[in-house]
Amino acid sequence: MENAGYLLAAFTLVWALVFGYVIVLFARERGLRKEIESLKETLKERQG
Amino acid sequence: MGKSYLRNILSAVSFLLMAASLYMVFVYVPTEATMGIVQRIFYLMVPVAWLSLLSFLIVFIGSILYLRKKQSRWDVLARSSAEIGIIFTTLTLITGSLWARPVWGVWWTWEPRLTATLVLWFIYLAYFLARSLAAEEHRGATFAAVVGILGFVDVPIIGLATTLWRGIHPGALIFQGGLAPSMLLTLMVSLAAFTALYSLLLLQRISMKNDEIEIKRLLGLTAERHNTGDR
Repeated sequence: MENAGYLLAAFTLVWALVFGYVIVLFARERGLRKEIESLKETLKERQG
Repeated sequence: MGKSYLRNILSAVSFLLMAASLYMVFVYVPTEATMGIVQRIFYLMVPVAWLSLLSFLIVFIGSILYLRKKQSRWDVLARSSAEIGIIFTTLTLITGSLWARPVWGVWWTWEPRLTATLVLWFIYLAYFLARSLAAEEHRGATFAAVVGILGFVDVPIIGLATTLWRGIHPGALIFQGGLAPSMLLTLMVSLAAFTALYSLLLLQRISMKNDEIEIKRLLGLTAERHNTGDR
């Protein structure tokens, strides 16, 4: 099992970065959708 | 077919392929005789490197179409792909170093393919710098598109580096039948898994960019209504 540390480090780093990026993307999208809904509400109120 | 439906399908396909790929890398594929366990990094490094090149191909296509048609959707495509591309190019350089240390005895060497990959990372950086340094958004998009087209010259250089120059990189091995069938199958499944992940990330990023454009439009409308109300 020589050099297993390098293998572990490679997989851990890649998966940590990919998962981190996916989580950030989905969280940001949720925030954007909320902002769109709130802006639409504001517009409706002003129209009414 | 709705975009969210497509994303759900892509999420499921990516997850299943990733699970299969991990099983094959750690259980199914035999340990390579010369390099030992560390050779398994190969099944991660090659797909990650493939995505760094695929991302730039999409940047190149999006940039050409943006300059020709001046439609923001092509800029959104190129920009989204560039964001994913810089992440995977960074991962290529990191996994490359983690491979090089036990196999070649160094963390980094100015070998042709590695050097060309580092150049690609700087091109991605230049793509974002060109955009951020411009005062107006459409000018930034135009500058970035020019970088996206000119920078593409590095992609075939990376692909052909092991053929054009005598480096120590084992790239040509894959296409010369140097891999055992089980190793080739594991590599193909890993490539498919990462390509599915890239497609999912690209769709997600494009959808977010469109949301940002919609927010700008709604903010403009809100301000307009506010001004009309004041009068």
